Amino acid sequence: MENKSFPYSELVMEHFSNPRNMGEIENASAVGNAGNPNCGDLMRLYLKIEDGIIIDAKFKTFGCGAAIASSSMLTEMLKGKRLEDALKISNQAVADALGGLPPVKIHCSVMAEEALKAAMEDYEKRKNS
Amino acid sequence: MATESTTMRNIYLDHNATTPVHPEVLEAMLPYFSRKFGNASSMHSSGREAKAALEDARAGCARILGCRDSEIVFTSGGTESDNYAVKGAAFANRNRGKHVITSPIEHHAVSVSCEFLEKEGFGVTYLPVDSQGIVDPDQLRKSLRPDTTLVTIMHANNETGVIQDVKELVRIAHEAGALFHTDAVQTTGKIAYSISELGCDLLSISAHKLYGPKGVGLLFIKSGTKIQAWNQGGGHERGRRAGTENVAGIAGLTRALEIAARDMAKETAKLNSLTTRFYERLRECVPDIHINGSLEKRVPNTLNISFKGVEGEAMILSLDMKGISVSSGSACTSGTTQASHVLIAMGLPGELAHGSVRFSFGRSNSEEDIDYVVDIVAQEVQRLRNISPLYTKSGN
Repeated sequence: MENKSFPYSELVMEHFSNPRNMGEIENASAVGNAGNPNCGDLMRLYLKIEDGIIIDAKFKTFGCGAAIASSSMLTEMLKGKRLEDALKISNQAVADALGGLPPVKIHCSVMAEEALKAAMEDYEKRKNS
Repeated sequence: MATESTTMRNIYLDHNATTPVHPEVLEAMLPYFSRKFGNASSMHSSGREAKAALEDARAGCARILGCRDSEIVFTSGGTESDNYAVKGAAFANRNRGKHVITSPIEHHAVSVSCEFLEKEGFGVTYLPVDSQGIVDPDQLRKSLRPDTTLVTIMHANNETGVIQDVKELVRIAHEAGALFHTDAVQTTGKIAYSISELGCDLLSISAHKLYGPKGVGLLFIKSGTKIQAWNQGGGHERGRRAGTENVAGIAGLTRALEIAARDMAKETAKLNSLTTRFYERLRECVPDIHINGSLEKRVPNTLNISFKGVEGEAMILSLDMKGISVSSGSACTSGTTQASHVLIAMGLPGELAHGSVRFSFGRSNSEEDIDYVVDIVAQEVQRLRNISPLYTKSGN
């Protein structure tokens, strides 16, 4: 795995092997989907939000190693964050936190960012309804 | 390969990608690296020694494949053979017509060569395949035109192992006056066939898929076939493929073909038994799996399986961490995120096509390996399905 020809960082492999916060949240405050199974990936992000703070984040993902690792890392970054700070998390921040992703896998971190945005939209919608 | 390491078992199940060089093949090659190093084009004794080895090898290959010595051109492998056959035949016959027929499941060496022909003003028709991965001979009959000069359809597919009825397809192409090329890289050494029986005009072989070395292969060119040389230079291979012959590699290829022919019955029986055991045990242990391609018309070592709700690369990584080597899609395209073009052409939904894993067994695999792999696959599929939002247990 330390081989230079191997596409993933050790951290990516670690998150892929032992994904953090995997699962669903019952009575989640917000749920966001991103990706398309026809294109080989789908991420579902669950958030529990109280007083403007994300107190829990979980995910389920169908996808490659980078997709699962990006999902896992995103949930780690979200937990305990204020909503306005969470919104600032970019795909690049997720990729950087993982020690980088191969160029062909950048779209996996984009999926994580999109799932976050979708969850935030869902939260706004729920709040206003 | 079933070699026991101190930390982890290593089981190689990717024999359609490449195979280890057989010890007898290595032995056949060794003299030609340093002791008998001559250039087969040289006049002197050292050159004549190399030339004799080269021609012995050619005769050996011809005998096993069922063709004449003069019909064999040694190349650098399957990709070169495919490029030469497709471009060489299309260009040599372009005054007669500029239409080529192929299938959507070809190896990239053929499909990208066909795309090149399209850019050069040729017309290319892609015949459909059915859900089993098979080309319908009637579709070929309907697509042949007076200006069709070449039909190129593979013998067996690298991803699914599904075998085409090449003999019938050749007959139809010949009725319409078209040449027929088949990429036999995945059948050679795995099933018994004779070129004269198949009747094709051009046939590609690669050594490293049948326990020979990498970097060597051959193209069979039926006597009288109009084809333009693609590698130009000296007059090697009777002016058909320039470049100093890779005598060691060619000796290895020949030995590999001889061993494959010698052991064919035994190996086929073993591989059939291993793949059947694997498939049956897997079906018992893992729900919601889908076999891609015909189970009947298939080389004996290959199984392509989709696991519902699980993505292919994730499976490959998971199995790799447990010491099991398999692949997804075609090894050449694993750097892209496209689903397998072969499975999509067979009509598989994108989600399943993205979730396919190819298990290709070989000489080194044992029944014990199979049982171990089934256990690990079951465990990893369950792990990834737990992570997947697309999988809900059927039943309980």
